[in-house]
Amino acid sequence: MLSRIAESLFWIGRYVERAESTSRILDVHVHRVLEDPWLDEASAGRELLAVMGTGPVSGRVDSQVVTELLGYARGDQSSIVGAISAARENARGARVVVSSEVWECLNATWNELEHTEQLARRLGPHVFFHYIRERTAMLAGLVDATLARDDGWRFLALGRSLERVDMTSRLLSSTISDDPHSQSWVSLLRSCGAHEAYLRTYRRAVDASRVAEFMLLDRLFPRSVYWSLALAEQILAELDGGRRGGRTTVHDVARRAVGLARTELEFRGVDELVEDMPELLRALQSTCSEVSAAVTSRYFAREVPHAWATEVPA
Amino acid sequence: MVDFPWVDGVGSLTEGVGIVGYVLETCAPYASAVADLFEGYPAEVQATAAWDEVFDASGVPREVYAALYDALQPLSSGDLAARKAALDRAFRDAGITFILFGEERPFPLDLVPRLLSGPEWDTIERGVVQRVRALEAFLADVYGRAEILDDGVVPRRLVMSSSHFHRAAHGIDPPNGVRCHVSGIDLIRDEQGQFRVLEDNVRVPSGVSYVIENRRAMTRVFPELFATHRVRPVADYASHLLHALRAAAPPEVADPTVVVLTPGIFNSAYFEHALLARQMGVELVEGRDLLVRDNRVTMRTTEGDQPVHVIYRRIDDDWLDPLQFRPESVVGTAGLLNAARAGQVTLANGVGNGVADDKLMYTYVPELIRYYLGEEPILPNVDTYRVEDPDQREYVLDHLDELVVKPVDGSGGKGIVIGPQATDEELATLRAQVTADPRGWIAQRLVRLSTSPTLSGERLGPRHIDLRPFAVNDGSRIWVLPGGLTRVALPRGSFVVNSSQGGGSKDTWVLAPELAEGERPGGPRRPAGGELLVAQGPDIGPDTSGEQQQQQQQNQQRMTLRRGGAPRGGPAHERSEAGRAAARSPERPFAEEDTVRRSLGSDGVPAESANGVPAGSANGVPAGSANGVPAGSTKSISEVVISEVVISEVVSEGLEHRARTERTKRC
Repeated sequence: MLSRIAESLFWIGRYVERAESTSRILDVHVHRVLEDPWLDEASAGRELLAVMGTGPVSGRVDSQVVTELLGYARGDQSSIVGAISAARENARGARVVVSSEVWECLNATWNELEHTEQLARRLGPHVFFHYIRERTAMLAGLVDATLARDDGWRFLALGRSLERVDMTSRLLSSTISDDPHSQSWVSLLRSCGAHEAYLRTYRRAVDASRVAEFMLLDRLFPRSVYWSLALAEQILAELDGGRRGGRTTVHDVARRAVGLARTELEFRGVDELVEDMPELLRALQSTCSEVSAAVTSRYFAREVPHAWATEVPA
Repeated sequence: MVDFPWVDGVGSLTEGVGIVGYVLETCAPYASAVADLFEGYPAEVQATAAWDEVFDASGVPREVYAALYDALQPLSSGDLAARKAALDRAFRDAGITFILFGEERPFPLDLVPRLLSGPEWDTIERGVVQRVRALEAFLADVYGRAEILDDGVVPRRLVMSSSHFHRAAHGIDPPNGVRCHVSGIDLIRDEQGQFRVLEDNVRVPSGVSYVIENRRAMTRVFPELFATHRVRPVADYASHLLHALRAAAPPEVADPTVVVLTPGIFNSAYFEHALLARQMGVELVEGRDLLVRDNRVTMRTTEGDQPVHVIYRRIDDDWLDPLQFRPESVVGTAGLLNAARAGQVTLANGVGNGVADDKLMYTYVPELIRYYLGEEPILPNVDTYRVEDPDQREYVLDHLDELVVKPVDGSGGKGIVIGPQATDEELATLRAQVTADPRGWIAQRLVRLSTSPTLSGERLGPRHIDLRPFAVNDGSRIWVLPGGLTRVALPRGSFVVNSSQGGGSKDTWVLAPELAEGERPGGPRRPAGGELLVAQGPDIGPDTSGEQQQQQQQNQQRMTLRRGGAPRGGPAHERSEAGRAAARSPERPFAEEDTVRRSLGSDGVPAESANGVPAGSANGVPAGSANGVPAGSTKSISEVVISEVVISEVVSEGLEHRARTERTKRC
């Protein structure tokens, strides 16, 4: 697999997941603003922007502004539109290895973005969020059904897992300051499609500590941080050529970072989870960046273009 | 030729904002008047004084087009517009687009195909093969011993002064002797219906992806036309190309690695590069992915550097190798040419091929055919004047307003001046240019290209077309893709078919000859008359119809009961009706347990599910027969019997007791 293509696939995975998660997060946010009469819209908006890493914004921050910044902003790869566009650009460069169906799905999604955005401006942002969720789900299905499980798929799935860890942790960060029995924890679960799974698992009312437990530690739910980390770890091991590591350590930097983060969660008690959460979530986000950088330097290394001397130096 | 930027759109498309706009715009007039698609067409053909592909001089469809005419004639232009919209949408989603003013537009394909009969194609095929053989021989000669120059058939100064003659290519000996792995020979049809060669392309001919995609699109949009025509397929182009490329690999390599080298995603033909790489199953690389070390070419992969043996390069000579050509090139790879000279890698097409498709060299190709092959040309050239020759120059300058004047190394239709359509200023400028640089120009008689019906507005109008067949040379055989790219000049009266100048395209159908009786296409298949073995059908799940019936019956009985006397307890929940009813079967305690579990599981709100059911309500249910219990679930019979007490406990205390129930069951 060409390094350049591998890098594109990795980023297709990341960007598509980012678009999906951001649309989920925004959907929750907009919904929350609407249904919670005591919520201070401006501070909730600022908080969300801060959690998503979007710089300080002056002026009023209502949900309209938040949607503009995180949803429709062009050229910003952390907005939904920007992430889908970036994923499509990457797929254009990797058309030889992504299946035609995956490419067409992504391209058609991109083609319709503007139209859907206009529609959402008239009918409310949910239309847009729903569209993104539906299309990304379709894309995931096509990836699942039409890509061979070769290194190409591995890089794509690796990017997706890392981004999911990052996004789930941001999603938790955005809700963390809420009252433990607030309705927003239910919204959080709903936005991940995790509400039913949660209910079937716990069979009791939603509360903050269990939600955190479920989203961070659950061994079976595919959007939980643990699950995503475990998948990323497995993929990294496969990419590493199935090497079992040295006698004393694992040499691959990315594997080590993911493994540390996973074991950190795996053997954690649930009692202090809520108190430790802010720090834990920050650590998870920095792990993601670290792993991404390690994967880039190991697998996607490229040389800078040569500069040619047109004259023989004296 | 590298002239496929596909940079211009169809008239109405350039105005609209997208497909929706286009449909509305073009559909509006149809509603009022549904015109015959061909109305007025023959009269318009007469006016163009060109050979029409469909109608003969008396306005009757030619034999090869008879079936197509019958199929199209009853259609309304609205039908065509709707199909066109569907097509554009499909192209856009598949990314088959070209960029105009920074906006992506679907590739303009006209829906009326261009047909070629078996005998017509046979001539074209032989003519193209002959031409490619001559050009191959010429290139081998020019970059080798140059005998043709010694013999004075082609003037030496003419070859040496060609901007595409590269001394760097001298002595590069391709392993199987092939330099034109892919060539595209542009043909036109003159006023008498004679096919003539307009130009040769043996550098980086492009457009074949549109042949493949046009066909794919047409089979979707016009399936019924394919039912009445036997069209020779074009989809196997990539496998022929891959075969030819592998055959060109350095001889000592057992399993050669082929790559396609593209300038990158912003190149106008990127779509084609990606399509070919995908269909061949090879890597699509950019210059920065390749590395030349000790004359060996490798590509950077996630598993380290991997060797490369054949490069199907879609980059012009000038940008291919900064070590030999333009030093500022970042799309090429330094050292490729030396690696090729060392025989470690094969470049396809060969470097320096441009000397053979120089438009001045074109005038000598009939001589080349006689010189190298000892044959007469099957496909004649268009009458051409060499401006470089003093006598001919004089004639050309006197008749500028009647001739077509072209720069010898131009592509994409750039710089072409069509005398009769040019203004006086344009002619004056041209005169100055031609006088200043006679080597740089040729002049040709204005051939009225043949016309073909093309959708324009609400009906079909005659538009001028050409044809570019593609030939693939694997060293032992030259294969010509049956079909090729028919380009069409979309503006009325225009002769310029280049897409960068407002050209579109048509799907080109080469009709297969009728088969003799009893002959089967495509070689041996299932022996005729053999017994057809009908396989067993797929497995089917358990039959639930009996269950449904009884559950519905149950509903009815409950309704009757309710009407007869008020049931005890609260309102019943319809959705767990069936389960609850079955649960009441007194003779089958295990069934109770099972159904309770089912209703708990499926609702997730067990507190309500069994609430206030009248004990006798399930009377008349045949015991145990209607419970729809999957066979596996009865395993718990011996393990636990849940009594009425447990159930009521669950009912009264709700959720928290679910866990206890589970535990009881597990014990």
